[in-house]
Amino acid sequence: SAKNCLTLFRNIRMCRLAVPAVRSVLMNPALNSNIICRLPSATSQQLGRHFSSEARDIQKEIGDLVNKEKVVVFMKGVPSEPRCGFSNAVVQIMRMHGVKYDAHNVLADEEIRQGIKDFSNWPTIPQVYIEGEFIGGCDILLQMHQTGELVEELQKVGIKSALLGEEEEKK
Amino acid sequence: VNLLTRNMSGMAGPVASIIERKLTDMLKPSHLQIINESYMHSVPKNSETHFKVVVVSESFTDKKPLARHRLVNDVLKEELSSGVHALSINAFTPEQWDKGRQVDKSPNCMGGF
Repeated sequence: SAKNCLTLFRNIRMCRLAVPAVRSVLMNPALNSNIICRLPSATSQQLGRHFSSEARDIQKEIGDLVNKEKVVVFMKGVPSEPRCGFSNAVVQIMRMHGVKYDAHNVLADEEIRQGIKDFSNWPTIPQVYIEGEFIGGCDILLQMHQTGELVEELQKVGIKSALLGEEEEKK
Repeated sequence: VNLLTRNMSGMAGPVASIIERKLTDMLKPSHLQIINESYMHSVPKNSETHFKVVVVSESFTDKKPLARHRLVNDVLKEELSSGVHALSINAFTPEQWDKGRQVDKSPNCMGGF
């Protein structure tokens, strides 16, 4: 199909292959389905990675995600509409502390949903990361919130909890 | 004292029983409570998918909360990779338990699975 052809062409551009010879082959839709077989073997190996399975490196992807922002949460649903009571508990705690964070909805991405469990070696969702380090799930976050430990952990990474501000105002 | 939620006919479900056995064998708790909270979620009746466990054990001494939870997760590895979908863990040392640590109430389901 024309769409596949366009994707093929875009991916090849990304590979920075010798485009002119390849382009003339690709622009012919009739050759579309046979392209891998007709190209020289070295080229088709490079292409195979992009076309055959579009495989994501989930562990690398997650590794990047947990380091993109100081606080990263993997949850069910989104902060404005959590789809799980435990995930909601995490959202509410973060809100109380005024924490800015990246949220990832595992219900929208089955590979991330399983991948994060492997990555953290932790069987359930939600999962909270602070500065790339796995902190725990809902129970642990709740406990840390109750004991004041969360305020300390946030402080260590340069985040001032909104609850601290309230305490100071009361004094 | 071991407490296990039992259904209307006084039976503890098979998964709950396995959880009790494994936690008892591996952690030798002085107090153990296993609560089937599946009824709080959008799953069929008599499901054994969501549990809360309260474990009081010397095994938790000198371990931070995360390490304690990982210990429990490890004991229940098989259950967590099959039917058990959510596990709320309250892990205390006997000292903490005697001082009166509170078990938190689990939040309400919000529909997703």
